[in-house]
Amino acid sequence: MVLTKDAITKDVAFNAEGFMEDPRAWTPEIAAAIAEREGIQLTERHWLVINFARKQFEANGEAPTLRSITKNSGVDTREMYALFPTGPAKVAAKLAGLGKPTGCI
Amino acid sequence: MNKLLILGGGTAGTMVANKMAKRLDAAQWQITIVDKDEVHYYQPGFIYVPFGVYRPEDTYRPKRRVVSKRVEMVFAGIEVIEPQANRVKLQNGQTLPYDILVIATGCEIRPDQIQGLMSAGWKKNIFDFYTPEGAAALSDFLESWEGGRVVLNVAETPIKCPVAPLEFVFLADWFFTRRGIRNKVDITYATPLPGAFTKPRASAALADLLKRKGIHTEAEFNISEVDGGKQVVRSWDGREIPYDLLVTIPPNMGVQAIENSGMGDDLNFIPTDKHTLQSRTYDNVWVLGDATNLPTSKAGSVAHFQHEVVVENILRQVKGIPPKPAFDGHANCFIETGFNKGVMIDFNYEVEPLAGTYPVPYVGPFSLLKETQINHLGKLGFRWIYWNILMPGHHMPVSNAMSMKGKQKLVPSLA
Repeated sequence: MVLTKDAITKDVAFNAEGFMEDPRAWTPEIAAAIAEREGIQLTERHWLVINFARKQFEANGEAPTLRSITKNSGVDTREMYALFPTGPAKVAAKLAGLGKPTGCI
Repeated sequence: MNKLLILGGGTAGTMVANKMAKRLDAAQWQITIVDKDEVHYYQPGFIYVPFGVYRPEDTYRPKRRVVSKRVEMVFAGIEVIEPQANRVKLQNGQTLPYDILVIATGCEIRPDQIQGLMSAGWKKNIFDFYTPEGAAALSDFLESWEGGRVVLNVAETPIKCPVAPLEFVFLADWFFTRRGIRNKVDITYATPLPGAFTKPRASAALADLLKRKGIHTEAEFNISEVDGGKQVVRSWDGREIPYDLLVTIPPNMGVQAIENSGMGDDLNFIPTDKHTLQSRTYDNVWVLGDATNLPTSKAGSVAHFQHEVVVENILRQVKGIPPKPAFDGHANCFIETGFNKGVMIDFNYEVEPLAGTYPVPYVGPFSLLKETQINHLGKLGFRWIYWNILMPGHHMPVSNAMSMKGKQKLVPSLA
């Protein structure tokens, strides 16, 4: 049986801005469901960024900033905006089940 | 002889050095500051220079006059910190060993990070005001400018003094009104933030003030390039804003020496314990001021609240006691709003700016999140306090940690 988007995210807690409350509850299926909600069709390049964000989070407990993604993942800023037009670092973090990136103080 | 080495003799480094000079035994400890610049700038004064309120010479003093005679000063650039070997190599070839290191190297603007920013228009109709040279050049430009489209752009966060861009547009509105050409000037504030400021409550109140002053806000504007030929700034999502005068706050980064030392993040800011201010990697390294990666404002008030924690924790370390997690992210800022008025905000890691009074609950004299003349006079009077009380390390009658006493949770209108 193929689970629908609603069935996958039914038990997942999101905050008011649509970020997952618990990054550890994340699965690739949830990412796909969030992407659908954001109107994004996931490609290999999206997954590269999502996986990079997950790795960064596991290493230092925070969602990576746009500068960190473009400096270290092989995806440049122009491509990031093409992949996540409504806000690259923010939407990448959202799809990766992480909180909003800091650096906005 | 034990050695306390302080890198950076700006606001944070000077306060730590002067406090330590009073509290560390002179027979056992030598205190040294390293800095490339012999001049100490009063950076909160830079905002006034473009508008002729302060002259450039009102914003600095020789560093030697601000630092205790007990402290040795070395004027040289830093090449690299070698924390495993407990030593710092300088650009003049000297090597300085240390027992305890304080890093207060601050941050600097990097116009080279934005494509086209340093093109033909740089210092002609494109200026910064975060450097003494930039602020002075902008002052000369504004003196004879006939009007047009002025765009204030924040390139990337975090920046030193996150309220300075707002102060700039508020003061510009006042300055052009006073010169009688406000009707010939369009003011646009283009920021990568979703609104006027980083903290939602203050942001809402400040957005209202911007609107009433006829200042256009272009939010979530992430600059991709400056086209000096067509005089437009472009964003990554394809927006274009034309300008006649572009005032830029370029990306702020930690200094090159931090990158050389492999001690920083992608912006050369140093991973620092949020509450103890100890380096996350090296126990005998303490970090404060703009050089840290902490999620609070890069501002003099923060450096002030932090320096007391760093001083205490170094004294504890000398005695072999574990550090106290005493820093709460406390920041407060005066925001000049023009026409001799100002707003004050007070916040920390957990609590957003709220309405109330400062520093004495229910009394003031300063009003939080409210536009008053006293707040403006406070900012002007602060220069005297900076040189005569803060820098020498005299006691300030304000609490280090943020207080919730007398604070209101409702957001008032700034009117």
